[in-house]
Amino acid sequence: MNLSDRILKPEERILFSLRSLYGEYGYTPYKMRKFESYDLYAGNKDFLSSEQVIAFSDTDGALLALKPDVTLSIVRSGRDEPGTAQKVYYQENVYRPARQGQGFREIMQTGVECIGAVDEYCLSEVLLLAAESLRRISPRAVLHLSHMGLVRKLIARAGLTGQAEQRAVAAIAARSAHELAALCEENGCAREQADALCGLIGIPSGLEAALEALGRLPCAEETAALRRVTDALRDTPVYGMLSVDVSTVNDLGYYNGLVFRGYVDGVPERVIAGGQYDPLVRKLGRRGGAIGFAVYLDALERMQEASDRLDADVLLIYPEGASPAAVLEAVKGLSAEGLTVCAQKAAPERQRFGKTLYLTESGVKERV
Amino acid sequence: MSEWLTVALPKGRLGEKVYDRFARAGYPCPDILADTRQLIFENAELRVRYFWAKPSDVSIYVEQGAADIGVAGKDILMEYRPDVYELLDLKTGRCRMAVAAPAGAWLDPERTLRVATKFSRIAKDYYTKLGRDIEIIHLNGSIEIAPLLRLSDVIVDIVETGTTLRENHLEVIDTVAQLSARLIANKAAYAFKRDRITALMAALEEDKA
Repeated sequence: MNLSDRILKPEERILFSLRSLYGEYGYTPYKMRKFESYDLYAGNKDFLSSEQVIAFSDTDGALLALKPDVTLSIVRSGRDEPGTAQKVYYQENVYRPARQGQGFREIMQTGVECIGAVDEYCLSEVLLLAAESLRRISPRAVLHLSHMGLVRKLIARAGLTGQAEQRAVAAIAARSAHELAALCEENGCAREQADALCGLIGIPSGLEAALEALGRLPCAEETAALRRVTDALRDTPVYGMLSVDVSTVNDLGYYNGLVFRGYVDGVPERVIAGGQYDPLVRKLGRRGGAIGFAVYLDALERMQEASDRLDADVLLIYPEGASPAAVLEAVKGLSAEGLTVCAQKAAPERQRFGKTLYLTESGVKERV
Repeated sequence: MSEWLTVALPKGRLGEKVYDRFARAGYPCPDILADTRQLIFENAELRVRYFWAKPSDVSIYVEQGAADIGVAGKDILMEYRPDVYELLDLKTGRCRMAVAAPAGAWLDPERTLRVATKFSRIAKDYYTKLGRDIEIIHLNGSIEIAPLLRLSDVIVDIVETGTTLRENHLEVIDTVAQLSARLIANKAAYAFKRDRITALMAALEEDKA
């Protein structure tokens, strides 16, 4: 089957390309059913982007939910095999509240999970897959990296705990140096520790410069880990897309270590997000660690300029009473030239075509 | 300078004051001050584009990427929690979010407190931290009337000078948060226009008038 680029929507074309990419690195497809036990989500609300899920009773009374997330199911259903990592990719629809709170939405999502004996090679591999996914989506893309352990360490060093810790994470996520400074002052943080924490927001974005600046803060171990994982990608085409942005922080409870978020020019929100989530793996009774990411295909809908799109290259108008065989032959003739054709007796309103042709007794003409 | 920077400003006195600051910082667009029905104003030379929006809508334009940056009150950011960067406290439009009650009123701690407000989430968060059971009465305006007509025990609202409260025999009993105008940015726009946005931030910080 030859799938024309003109027929596929950008997100569909990207999806095929990403499947092939993940397969190249030995990731196998993971398929799950539409419903999951509600308990899985109720017990792990912190891991979900929203606490709201669509729940309903099964015929036997069991409480089920339309899945708002895929990672939880993958972690729960997998088995530990010593020394190995479960490497899977998925393409699933998930059901979440719309961002503006206007009801639930069905969102197509693809992603990668690597669970089990996750070492630094696995971290580099997943980072490479995330960056390469972005590159396949658009050549103008950036992948922002941060390290939860590093952020957590500097917050703890400043003596911020409980609600103050949460507020510190929120201020870092919002790049609000003023809020972070006010919080440190409010909590009587020592000058040196407060400066180190607030200094995080001013870290330059370039990878080399950022790692150098982080190296001057009291988080040498985490900075060295970031350096090793990114160094492995130095000779790949995606290396230039990597930058450090400490505001790439996620929920403190579940994410540890490397976290990242990807943007492409022209899409106003992140199209990729992921990171290490070892605590979730342990909470669900498995061994080792995990890293993964999701590609938000719904965000890509905004990439294609609607003004460029045609419903078909050719509108073929045929007369009332034309022989079906003659119309079909004309359509096939145009298709053979590589054109998409919509055959109609009259021009449909609100549809756009590259050109209009007419089927006459003497063949296909530009005018009747 | 090839890329455009689109700026959403809040309509009204605060927005005009903020625009003056942007202009002084080197990002003028004189057309914006003309009495016209035009909605979007551009300075092609500086590649900067402005538009006015309802103050509570600025963060929506920025979050959705219709504007790269904007200026929104801290009250709006606390209430709607848009997924944007809050880059700078512009230290203008200063006021506070406060709890007010009829002067001298005794609030029975054993009763559910009835709270009238436009800012339901802020009020809920504030009382959750205090562990106080409340009933929110969401109103869209004239909040001060609510306790006078016994619709609520207290109000949670923006207080600037306190004159309206005093004239209605209400008094501030606690401050929930200090508020001011904040420079916000779309996260993806910041990723691709970081240099332009940080240059603007530096220029705005230099001019603190």
